[in-house]
Amino acid sequence: MNIMKFRPLFLIISSLLILASIFSIIFWGFRLSVDFSGGSSWQVSLPSKPSSETLKSIFSKNDLELLTISTNQEKYILKFSHISSEQKEVLSSEFKKLDPSFSELQFETLGATLGKELLKKTIWAIILSSLSLLIFIGSRFKDLSFGASAVIAMLHDALILIGSFSILGHFFGAEIDALFVTAILTTLSSSVHDTIVTFDRIRELKSLSFRLDWVELANKAVSEVIVRSINNSMTIIFMLVSLVVLGGSSTRWFAIALLIGVICGTYSSVGVAIPLMLLTKRKKNDKK
Amino acid sequence: MLKNNRQTLTIFWSILATTFLCLIINLPVNFTLFGRTFYRPSFSFNLGSSQFKPNLDLRYGLDLAGGASLLFEIDTSKTSIENLPDALESLKANIERRVNLFGVSEATVQLSSQGENHRLTVDLPGVTDINEAIKLIGQTAQLNFKGIIDLPPEATATATLKDVLVDTGLNGSHLLKAMPQPNPNTGAIEVSLEFNAEGAKLFEKATTDYLNKRLAILLDEEIITAPQVGVIIPDGKAVINGNFDIKSAKFLSAQLNAGALSLPIKLIQQSQVGASLGQDSINKGIRAGLIGLALVSFFMIGNYGFLGLIADFGLIIYGLITLTLYRLIPVTLTFPGIVGFILSVGMAVDSNILIFERMKEELRAGKSWNNSLEISFGRAWNSIKDANTCTIITALILFNPFNWSFLNSSGMVRGFAVTLLLGIVLGIFTGVFVTRNLLRVLARKKL
Repeated sequence: MNIMKFRPLFLIISSLLILASIFSIIFWGFRLSVDFSGGSSWQVSLPSKPSSETLKSIFSKNDLELLTISTNQEKYILKFSHISSEQKEVLSSEFKKLDPSFSELQFETLGATLGKELLKKTIWAIILSSLSLLIFIGSRFKDLSFGASAVIAMLHDALILIGSFSILGHFFGAEIDALFVTAILTTLSSSVHDTIVTFDRIRELKSLSFRLDWVELANKAVSEVIVRSINNSMTIIFMLVSLVVLGGSSTRWFAIALLIGVICGTYSSVGVAIPLMLLTKRKKNDKK
Repeated sequence: MLKNNRQTLTIFWSILATTFLCLIINLPVNFTLFGRTFYRPSFSFNLGSSQFKPNLDLRYGLDLAGGASLLFEIDTSKTSIENLPDALESLKANIERRVNLFGVSEATVQLSSQGENHRLTVDLPGVTDINEAIKLIGQTAQLNFKGIIDLPPEATATATLKDVLVDTGLNGSHLLKAMPQPNPNTGAIEVSLEFNAEGAKLFEKATTDYLNKRLAILLDEEIITAPQVGVIIPDGKAVINGNFDIKSAKFLSAQLNAGALSLPIKLIQQSQVGASLGQDSINKGIRAGLIGLALVSFFMIGNYGFLGLIADFGLIIYGLITLTLYRLIPVTLTFPGIVGFILSVGMAVDSNILIFERMKEELRAGKSWNNSLEISFGRAWNSIKDANTCTIITALILFNPFNWSFLNSSGMVRGFAVTLLLGIVLGIFTGVFVTRNLLRVLARKKL
């Protein structure tokens, strides 16, 4: 199987995905959840199904602005600014008046500084995991071109995941929350996971067959491990898809983020990491 | 090969015994099968004179069990640095007392410090009336006794409340106990106070100084009542009579008994989950997990036949051991935690896939079935080890075991990290050690 002849195709796919991600991040930005932006998120059940205008008027009466309302039958998710517990009590009693069978499902409120703090912690976590994975890969392969290509492929996946959530946020209302960050970090590790298995095989073949050049080695290794890569991703995809379809709404986007990460990770070890590694190897040969 | 047979068999039976034990631990407390009711053994045992009775229930986090979580910011600006650690500890102890007054079992109070910022998290499982909880925890309940002096007539026009109040030095720290009681004459509900020796002296002095004047009793700088002092009270006993009903009198007594907070606190984040939403999440999570598991099992059998079937057995053992560990450690399950578990099931078969693919190659190369088995397990080990190290590194960063303040320590993220971490380590164990030994024994006829 000569999979490396598709390298121009991989280049096109990756470039398109990255460009689309950067475009979306710059022009559409993100929808931050209250975890990051600060504010309140209130999930309530109102069986009488009042209109959005009715709810908005309750909020404006109390000098509060109801920013977004999303409804699913009798369930309402309301987003508004950070409030005190007294203000919340007033709102609850107003809702009770509006609908006697009103019940609260979930409520969260936090100030803006706390959100900024979480954002800072998140960036630290990403930097720390990238660095430690870089150190691990570097020490594992003792070859900079292997390590660097694995890390670039890993960042490629993270960028596409972040970009796709910018796009999903723009069109479907997906939010960036603390769990999304967890998904990014999990993607980083699963991306490296796949790359390591492939690189391991290339090194093993290298020590066995001296005649093959790097491209041939890569082809042989990929054709040997691709079934394993795909099968392994399939099992994870089965679990995640059933979570997306059947799991609760509170972690649906989390499962989707993990799903995108796993698919990207499987693709990037063949489509990004190996072509990058080959790029450096060919240059070395030219010098000789 | 033959020499190892006995050892292999021992391992095989140990695996089966462990599985059976885990199965029993994971049984419901009681269940009905074929018309008979069975009870799960309690696993209590005696060692010397002490009895061990492990709690085998699964613990659910706030997002699954329902409840409230409050985050307070601690104002440390008025405390010197050397007093700070003590003040923080006494604040925590105080809040714990207040939470206990609220009657919540398994409530947790945690301090976290980041540079100059000090925070306090209070988790209250099962609490639905969040506002009452906030009131009880957050109110400072500072009790003060102040004398009211008469001002010269020309000053009264501009005087504020502060100008007429003179501190007597008597405050909540001198309080031994406060309790609600009905007034013997009127039947109105009052809160009775009893002071310690020093407090009794101060109270005697105050009643002497302000005899026939008014003495104000302040709670959080607000006058509750300002009775006229009729007699000098030497025994350190007093009553507060405001407009109390039995509930508010109890509440005030509870607050006074718990004492004043050593540091002022401010609520900055609150979140609350209704119990119904949590139960819904658990049911959906279990259903999604089971269906995913079935898909993975069919996939493994479809791809690897007999080997796949053994891997599926390995997976079931994996699931049982994981659940048992959740109960024994114990791991508090959150919904992201369930996602972590489900994800780790998908990852657990990875070791098997790596090994089985390797086996196919070795078989194609003409090696015997048993040889291929041993070679594949040996060779695939390197890849399995390296690949999983990455996931372990990431899971550790997410779990933040040393509570580094620059990293996240929220329950959601940790819940995910801990199940993922456990899942990976156990996945390696069942994927490599357990399946290998199952295969060695069950596939012997192919020798």
